[in-house]
Amino acid sequence: MSLTIHSPAVLPRLSGPPKGSESGIWIALFAITMSFAAFTSALFIREASTDWTHVAAPRVLFASTAVLLLSSLMMEASRRELDGSRAPKINEHGRSLAFVAATVLLGLTFVAGQYLAWRSLAAQGLYLATNPNSSFFYLLTGVHALHVLGGITALLYLFIQLAVQKSVRRNLLRGVVVYWHFMAALWLYLLVVICVRL
Amino acid sequence: MEEALKSQAHVHAPAEGFLWKYVFSLDHKVIGKQYYALALLSVFVGMVLSWLMRFHLVWPNAKIPGLALIAKTGAPGGIITPEYYLSLLTMHGTLMVFFVLTNAPFAGFGNYFLPIQIGAEDMAFPRFNMMSFWTTFVAFVVLIAAFFIPDGPPISGWTAYAPLSAIGKDAGPGLGWGQNLWVIAIGIFCIGQLLGSLNFIATTLDLRAKGMTLMRMPISTWAWFITSSIGLLAFAVLLPACVLLLLDRMAGTSFFIPSGLVVSDRLQNHAGGSPLLWQHLFWFFGHPEVYIAILPAVGIVSHVLTNSLRKPLLSAKVIIYSMMSIGFLSWMVWGHHMFVSGMNPFSSLLFSFPTLTITIPATIITLIWLGSLYGANIQINSASFFALGFISMFVSGGVSGFFLAQPSIDIYLHATYFVVGHFHMVMGVAAIFAIFSGTYFWFPKMTGRMMNETLGMLHFWITFVGTYCIFMPFHYLGLVGNVRRYASFVDDFMPALMPLHKFITIAALTTGAAQFIFLFNLIHSRFRGKPASANPWKGTSLEWSVPSPPPWNNFGRERPVVYHDPYQYGLKGSTGDFVMQTSPEQILNE
Repeated sequence: MSLTIHSPAVLPRLSGPPKGSESGIWIALFAITMSFAAFTSALFIREASTDWTHVAAPRVLFASTAVLLLSSLMMEASRRELDGSRAPKINEHGRSLAFVAATVLLGLTFVAGQYLAWRSLAAQGLYLATNPNSSFFYLLTGVHALHVLGGITALLYLFIQLAVQKSVRRNLLRGVVVYWHFMAALWLYLLVVICVRL
Repeated sequence: MEEALKSQAHVHAPAEGFLWKYVFSLDHKVIGKQYYALALLSVFVGMVLSWLMRFHLVWPNAKIPGLALIAKTGAPGGIITPEYYLSLLTMHGTLMVFFVLTNAPFAGFGNYFLPIQIGAEDMAFPRFNMMSFWTTFVAFVVLIAAFFIPDGPPISGWTAYAPLSAIGKDAGPGLGWGQNLWVIAIGIFCIGQLLGSLNFIATTLDLRAKGMTLMRMPISTWAWFITSSIGLLAFAVLLPACVLLLLDRMAGTSFFIPSGLVVSDRLQNHAGGSPLLWQHLFWFFGHPEVYIAILPAVGIVSHVLTNSLRKPLLSAKVIIYSMMSIGFLSWMVWGHHMFVSGMNPFSSLLFSFPTLTITIPATIITLIWLGSLYGANIQINSASFFALGFISMFVSGGVSGFFLAQPSIDIYLHATYFVVGHFHMVMGVAAIFAIFSGTYFWFPKMTGRMMNETLGMLHFWITFVGTYCIFMPFHYLGLVGNVRRYASFVDDFMPALMPLHKFITIAALTTGAAQFIFLFNLIHSRFRGKPASANPWKGTSLEWSVPSPPPWNNFGRERPVVYHDPYQYGLKGSTGDFVMQTSPEQILNE
């Protein structure tokens, strides 16, 4: 049996400061990655079938890719404007509001571009159930667009915070920035899959 | 230091009004109880379904009063049809695996105790936490709704194997809207679990109190943390699988439906899909799901057992590392559910090796528990007995896993009651014993009252003996070739097995009835139980440093500071044979 003595104990080690939204977003990215890995695994198995054909990627996808990458740059620009200190709250200043607004508009333009791509496929008689390739095209672009719309909602919240409250929580800003960049990276991956595999 | 402690101010104010205090509460403790209550409701529905199945197997022509009111076509005149038997099977499995084994040990106890055990005031995202529960509740309602539609519940089993689950009502009763509701319910359930898992991970990483290093977390917290990491990735795979299945069913796609499939004399208008794809996606989730059910149970039992033994386990750290190993290996073994699927035999061999390997950390954990019993001054109570009962079930059910992990043996046993006996003991009943152990142990903390020990022991012994009477004979039935999923046994060799089936049914009815002792004890003790002190079990972890039940913000105005590892038992401390994690006493040899 060990003995205890009544004296001050060892100074406890410190755990890191809470990161809130930022941690939450990083964890969510693992889940989103896993979901798209599941979709693409399904694609790899499904393409072994004899009815696998080919769907030419609509050209508008390349334009919308450029728009999404530009929006990512805008997002980064707003982060650099705002995120200069380690304070939990950061104040709106400079051109940050304009950059966030530009990110939102470019994000919406990207979703509109995806809609045009679906219209383009439909004009060729390719619908969701026409063949496995068109099924995966609508599926991958559709689920990604839903995630982008989720990001746009978060961006609008960020914009309102900056415009009305004139400040925003640092963790929220960082979380939104990470998520938005991830959406761009995920889209690049999906574009490669669409061009090479579909 | 005071300023630093106050810097993590509580994330929400105390709730006011019935609706915000008890229904849409942001308090992790209320949400934990809500999950527990939902699991309790689900387990009683699931148990009644199992009773109906057992009853039908041995008295196939018996009329069950009132059943025809719910199932006009499934049980005309109160007699269960073979198809309705499969519906009961499907709903029993789905309720038990998703809404009981996932909800109670992980979401229920985890929500209540993880924040307290790490010294946090609440979860990292309380609103997500509330949404997580209500999403799960909606999933439950959608699933149960399948009982009340003309189509009835699906007959495709809790695994919903394609292509029958994918093609619609041509495939049989319940495979129209019944199956739609099933897929939608499980999809919604996935969203709830993803939100919950995210919250558990963020809370553990970000909100630990000062001094609460990762290795100072109790084993139960570690178990919830590892489980949430598994859940985050597993449910992120099941959700896309449900989307694909729903698209096949409702949008005419062909992800899982092959070409030239004729069902009910009708050529199905699909082509090129792969039924095996569903099995791969489902079991890639499904096997980790086994550990989502059992790892929290391992954590709860280790936590209760250490307290009951009044000495530390041989190595808490090795248990934690073993749980990590199990979590990691759980991603490599899904194919062992598919040995008879027509998969390449070489693949079967590749899945067999990690399956056998996963028994190593599981055995290490078991040996640590058993070895720790040596020289222990074990406390005799319902919580410790159910913890020991868990070990018994875990070992008895786990041993048959060695056989099933080998493809050549599994091919013979796969479609038999041997498998039913195996997974019910190692995953189902074992986890339920851990839930009972956790309930008897933490009830005083959750309610401020003690449960009745006499009723608890009566509940334990009937459940323990009854469980063995039900599930051990299943192994024998399987070995002699009794196939599972059949609604009646008409083959020549099967009538000889009926006496054993009758014995199992009587055991199931008796053991099930004993659960009402638990229910009575739970409700009666909640209102009339002996008042509990803050630390009735002389525990060391942080939940025992707060009043019973804890206040809305857990630790009052200041968060605790942690000085020790969680299991300082068998010492000569200022308060007895233990030193609490929050005690500033110095421990020699720590």
